[in-house]
Amino acid sequence: MELYELTVHELHEKLVSGETTAREVLDAYYRRIEAVEDRVHAYISLMKETAYAQAEEADRSIREGRIGPLTGVPIALKDICCTRGFPTTCASRILENFRPPYDATVVARLRAAGAVFTGKTNMDEFAMGSSTETSYFGVTRNPWDLERIPGGSSGGSAAAVAADECAAAIGSDTGGSIRQPAALCGVVGMKPTYGRVSRFGLVAFASSLDQIGPFTKDVRDCAILMNVIAGHDPRESTSVPVEIPDYRAFLDRSVEGWKIGIPREYFMEGIDPEVRAAVEGAARALEGSGAKLIEVSLPHTKYCVAVYYIIAPAEASSNLARYDGVRYGFRAEDPRDLLEMYKKTRSAGFGAEVKRRIIIGTYVLSSGYYEAYYKKASQVRALIREDFDRVFALCDVILTPTTPTAAFRLGEKLDDPIQMYLSDIFTISANLAGIPGISVPCGFTGEGLPVGVQFLAPHFEEGRLIQIGSALSTLMPREVRRPRL
Amino acid sequence: MEYEPVIGLEVHAQLLTSSKIFCACSTAFGAPPNTNTCPVCLGMPGVLPVLNRKVVEFAVKMALATNCRINTYNRFARKNYFYPDLPKGYQISQYALPLAEDGHLIVETAAGKKRIGITRIHMEEDAGKLIHDEHNPYSYVDLNRTGVPLIEIVSEPDIHSAEEAAAYLRALHEILVYLGICDGNMEEGSFRCDANVSLRPKGQEAFGTRTELKNMNSFRNVQRALEYEIKRQEYILEGGGEIVQETRLWDDSQGVTNPMRGKEEAHDYRYFPDPDLVTVHIDETWIEEIRKTLPELPMARRERLQKEYGLPAYDAGVLTSSRALADYYEEAARLCGAPKIAANWVMGDLLKLLNEEGKTFDACPVGAASLARMIRLIEDGTISGKIAKELLQEMYAAGKEPEEIIAERGLVQITDEGALKAVIEEILAANPAQVAQYRAGKEKVFGFFVGQAMKATGGKANPRLLNDLLKRMLAP
Ligand SMILES: [Zn+2]
Repeated sequence: MELYELTVHELHEKLVSGETTAREVLDAYYRRIEAVEDRVHAYISLMKETAYAQAEEADRSIREGRIGPLTGVPIALKDICCTRGFPTTCASRILENFRPPYDATVVARLRAAGAVFTGKTNMDEFAMGSSTETSYFGVTRNPWDLERIPGGSSGGSAAAVAADECAAAIGSDTGGSIRQPAALCGVVGMKPTYGRVSRFGLVAFASSLDQIGPFTKDVRDCAILMNVIAGHDPRESTSVPVEIPDYRAFLDRSVEGWKIGIPREYFMEGIDPEVRAAVEGAARALEGSGAKLIEVSLPHTKYCVAVYYIIAPAEASSNLARYDGVRYGFRAEDPRDLLEMYKKTRSAGFGAEVKRRIIIGTYVLSSGYYEAYYKKASQVRALIREDFDRVFALCDVILTPTTPTAAFRLGEKLDDPIQMYLSDIFTISANLAGIPGISVPCGFTGEGLPVGVQFLAPHFEEGRLIQIGSALSTLMPREVRRPRL
Repeated sequence: MEYEPVIGLEVHAQLLTSSKIFCACSTAFGAPPNTNTCPVCLGMPGVLPVLNRKVVEFAVKMALATNCRINTYNRFARKNYFYPDLPKGYQISQYALPLAEDGHLIVETAAGKKRIGITRIHMEEDAGKLIHDEHNPYSYVDLNRTGVPLIEIVSEPDIHSAEEAAAYLRALHEILVYLGICDGNMEEGSFRCDANVSLRPKGQEAFGTRTELKNMNSFRNVQRALEYEIKRQEYILEGGGEIVQETRLWDDSQGVTNPMRGKEEAHDYRYFPDPDLVTVHIDETWIEEIRKTLPELPMARRERLQKEYGLPAYDAGVLTSSRALADYYEEAARLCGAPKIAANWVMGDLLKLLNEEGKTFDACPVGAASLARMIRLIEDGTISGKIAKELLQEMYAAGKEPEEIIAERGLVQITDEGALKAVIEEILAANPAQVAQYRAGKEKVFGFFVGQAMKATGGKANPRLLNDLLKRMLAP
């Protein structure tokens, strides 16, 4: 087995035992990246220089017995996480040359844990998209089928993990941007509770929905990464000062006696039958191990996409106002006056999907429309949250498909925003309600495309997601299938 | 037709916290451009605001001082618009749920006391500054001021003359400075005022079309701008014209208001709750804690000084014009036990000395206790009032205690009857003609003897004793 095929915990073991060195591991990854990257295009930029410095430091600290939970482990960062002194583009022309003078809190925590950063991964521009096709730096391809999208917006991070171009990756999830690509690329992806992982240094898309989370090869790695990145951050007002458990404690435990809610609204028509079969297979496997499946109802589910596509663009229209060419990033040449500088800079700096959302967001906040759109959406959002409160009184976790279909073809939905938006139909509710969710691989379609099952839990109960995800992995051992690259 | 002006004022006051409202940067004025900045107040990608609790505390003080109802839960909102001095493209302000509402202020006008309603007080961040250079086709941006905390105080349209407006502003200004939450410097922009003005026929309930006045950076300018604008609107209405709803800028040098050029008006700020900041919870315990730190407010203090010390309204007004002055006065009055005399010294000689150097009572070189002792020395006859005037100057200049200077310079008043008698005898002997005149009934000559005696004693003769002795010794 190649070094780059190992999980975080396997790699870490080999590093600590001295069986390999961080430098060797990093060499293996960069060779792998060189071999597959021209086909996958998971990265926007590689951080080779600093990565080797980090690897050297990791080897020194291992020799000296100072071992962090991720010492020497190569990790990729979605290019939405600010990295001190290193370009952070958000896959947009408008930030093409932007180097933040600060690390995102998550980046700082990973650094402190000994991680080695391989590079910054591709994404939909400003995380707006479900296919990683709106990136200014070109599309990322699904390692399982290079003619298909990897999902999005964190498609680069998902593809990098699936293609063994890193041991684990960081992504962000505003409406499913971690769970959806994780499902489509056959890896584990978790969106933690809103407020659990610091948003400081995460370039904002929709501030009330954004949350950072890990992409990993298995659930154990997810627990290890969560241990590092979760926790209160005084630099974020919406960060919640709640104790963080050791997430590894939830691994390898049975879910016997658990009640698993199956929301009928998530098993409607339009789900691909193969996806449905795989997800139902996962549910039955859990039932077979002693969990109880109960049908539940989340009646406001049908409003989730509409509510999301009002609230997220509204917040985005305001969050993206700072890209005006005045202080940093791209500025159009030779404007005649201030207004022209704004217009030219923003016209040339943003792509079509970003502009679409800025326009929608500006519209729904405008006087005369605010009440009918933004305010109404906020009220419905509260009802969606109540749906979950009610259901979680009846069950421990909720089980749904992560996506209605497996990975679709490049370009298939790019010109049809509604179809594109519907690919997040099962993941959006967790962001609106602020609850945690995880996508775990649960099989393949006949064409060999991965399928993911999503589990949702009450606020701050990520532990339950790790427990059930880990249980499922033992019940449905990960197929030894790997993408053929 | 007779018109009644209707005026509402919006005041922005910079709060005197040492750091900004949402980051740890300094709020100091006058630093080199863009040095009091950090990624948060520069609006860099991914950074987040964290509320400075001191700002809430200061704002609550003002809300309490103006009798507002404080909202237990209040929220920050984003006010969206593009301008280079606004790094995020939105200003964090408050909209639907402001800090406080429904307050009022009693102000003194020529026509007596008047109650002016306060609609709301909210917290917000200041914007930066643009520096224009005529010789360049571009402008410079200084973001030092970005994120400096402000409170906006919005009055009800209860004001009906320029004079009332000025009185209201002075009262607000006085309270802000008294509370120690704003330095009140209008030139540096720590205290700014915009006005909404409209006219309506006297007796009519409905408001007329209003204009908004900006760019008035002193009390006097506010009053002048309002007077001008009222006349301008009156002239238009008298002529059968219509007022255009617009923003007008006060031109100090021409003494007129002019419409602000182009664009604006169309602004739709698209307010919505700021998702980066949580609801601010201000419970009763916190409010009570803050209430305990409130000083006595100027108007209440004025009334108390009149009652407690028997001062005339004018004196009470002068003595409470700043908190430092009032504190100084009260300490001196209490220590010397002669409040009226203390008032005279503080408002007279001492204030004059300070004014000459442009100093305030915070920096008075003569401590209140020293002044009180000086007054006691006059009261017990140790020194004369005349000597005291010189003494005070020296105390001020040298920073010495009164007793010290008196001892050094032998300024103690002559109260010894024998010694004074000897001096008088000498004077009478040397001026027989004047003695004869006085005794013949020409009482004016008395002053001459007083002057001679004072001259001979270097001004140290106790005036009362001197008078008595002279009268007795001159008696035929
Ligand atoms: Zn700052």
